[in-house]
Amino acid sequence: MRNVAETPLFQKRSFRLKCKKILVSIILLTGSLVILSPILWMLSTSLKTPGEIAQFPPTFLPEKFQWKNYIEAWNTAPFTRWALNTTFITFFVVIGNVLVNSFVAYGFAKIRFRGKNVLFIIVLSTMLIPGFVLLIPQYMLFSNLGWVNTYLPLIVPAFLGNAFYIFLLRQFFMTLPNEMIEAAKIDGANHFQIWWKIAMPLMKPAVITIAILSFNGAWNDFLGPLLYINDEKLYTLQIGLQTFKGTVQTQWHYLMAASVLVLLPVVLIFFFFQRYFIEGSNITSGTKG
Amino acid sequence: MFIYEGGKKMDSVYVKSENKKSSKAVKKQKMEKRHFIKSLRHREELAGYLFIAPWIIGFLFLMLGPLLFSLYASFTNYNITSQMKFVGFENYKRMFTFDELFWTSLWNTLYYVVFSVPITTAGAILLAVFLNQRVPGIKWYRTLFYLPAVLSGVGVYLLWMQLLSPSTGLVNIALSWFGIEGPAWLYSPEWTKPALILMKLWSVGGGMLLYLASLQGVPKTMYEAAEIDGAGTFQKFFKITLPMITPVIFFDIVTSLIGGFQIFQEAYVMTENGDGGPVNSLLFYNLHMWNNAFEMFNMGYASSMAWMLFVIVMLLTVINLKIGKKWVYYEGGDQK
Repeated sequence: MRNVAETPLFQKRSFRLKCKKILVSIILLTGSLVILSPILWMLSTSLKTPGEIAQFPPTFLPEKFQWKNYIEAWNTAPFTRWALNTTFITFFVVIGNVLVNSFVAYGFAKIRFRGKNVLFIIVLSTMLIPGFVLLIPQYMLFSNLGWVNTYLPLIVPAFLGNAFYIFLLRQFFMTLPNEMIEAAKIDGANHFQIWWKIAMPLMKPAVITIAILSFNGAWNDFLGPLLYINDEKLYTLQIGLQTFKGTVQTQWHYLMAASVLVLLPVVLIFFFFQRYFIEGSNITSGTKG
Repeated sequence: MFIYEGGKKMDSVYVKSENKKSSKAVKKQKMEKRHFIKSLRHREELAGYLFIAPWIIGFLFLMLGPLLFSLYASFTNYNITSQMKFVGFENYKRMFTFDELFWTSLWNTLYYVVFSVPITTAGAILLAVFLNQRVPGIKWYRTLFYLPAVLSGVGVYLLWMQLLSPSTGLVNIALSWFGIEGPAWLYSPEWTKPALILMKLWSVGGGMLLYLASLQGVPKTMYEAAEIDGAGTFQKFFKITLPMITPVIFFDIVTSLIGGFQIFQEAYVMTENGDGGPVNSLLFYNLHMWNNAFEMFNMGYASSMAWMLFVIVMLLTVINLKIGKKWVYYEGGDQK
């Protein structure tokens, strides 16, 4: 009896499969070069001299790596100060988002109370409100409270729940077995203890996902600081970078160097916690799809 | 202090009940038993409201309150300095008849949405199909294509300003290899919006991830059955893959449509502090609203613009939902 792998039909098929794989690989390789090229170009531009940038035909690698571009760009503006400000705000926003949204999500997922479903539908529908509708009245509210030019308008809302994060965490918390919660109750635990000592540790991946998403959100927030922060000393990196653009105009080597430094923390977190990015996205598609 | 007092009280109650183990105490116990279940349920309810309290506070003070205030403000001449006066539909009238920039900004936004939503949706699906193949290093490819979706904010806008720079930017350099003379992009009124769409397309990996997850959920047996029936690659894609992922496509289109109308930051950073770019070609709806609200302090007028946008977006979403029923396929036939 002949081996299946030797039959002409199988060989024809496996040859076609191989061809397909090679074709897909070529397309993906070309595609990733295209996708990656802006980032490589940014790094290369940040290390060039202004002369090299303007040169025609252009070069891809700088003749000599101008590391001093980074130091000069950083020192042209109070970037250290702005980085500290951004870190401060981001820290509190992440803490608030993680604690409060998981707390609220636990309530929606695991506690029975009247009107829960209606309230949850309201949570979901608030996601459809365009942010700009709230911008003006929220600004009026915070300015009447005397919060303009402080970090309070940026931090306090993070402690009052975010519909998207509540939704995401609720989907995770729903997967906790009810028996586990009943057992904990019989042992005398209340919901607060169950949330903190059982749900949170078990749902660590979900909590980390939220932490990363809100880190990115706070670090990259542009609109909030643009609206509420006027004092240059209180600027965040995003607003700082925008101001820096006005200062150095089209000195691309400085602009790119500063941009690389501002983007760096996000990139590092992405490479370290990759799977959590994917987790958050899977939950969204899994429930909506 | 509180605990100390409480302890004292507890003691005295204990002594009292010791003194007269009367029928009163027994009765009380029975009552308690009867109410035990009821009170448990009550406590559960209370805990529920306690847990969602932060969101309720946020909803009332940061959403509902502001929403109602802005609805009211949209019918006034509110401008911070003078008294708030009710003006009826004056703001809305001004929008449609007097403010030419309103139409410009609406047109720019529609242009952006109409092109960017289908292009990025198609791009994300195509990319997901390729990244769903089993080839060596696929995990690396997925990471690489997703990376731009993580990068956002001013840094990325500055990067694209350099990439799109007419003479020294990478885009026009790459085009010149194919003998194409690239446009002036952000300096040319016809090319500013395509420039932003190109930038948006770069971060298509975010949408890709959504599709990748749903592609992996399509049962393998379906493809096997189709192969036996002699279906080719393209037939399999259009007859199986595409219909099976329509719910995700629908979700993506609905959310990116809402997102597309909110375009603001790109235009603000990539022009001179939101001046609208060459010939106002980047004056998007939200940018015009921002300028009215925080540059000219026409808060009342800006509020009415905000509500008009709300109405437009809601209308489009409802239309989307209506049309969606016709083309979205839900497995098992139940409409979610």
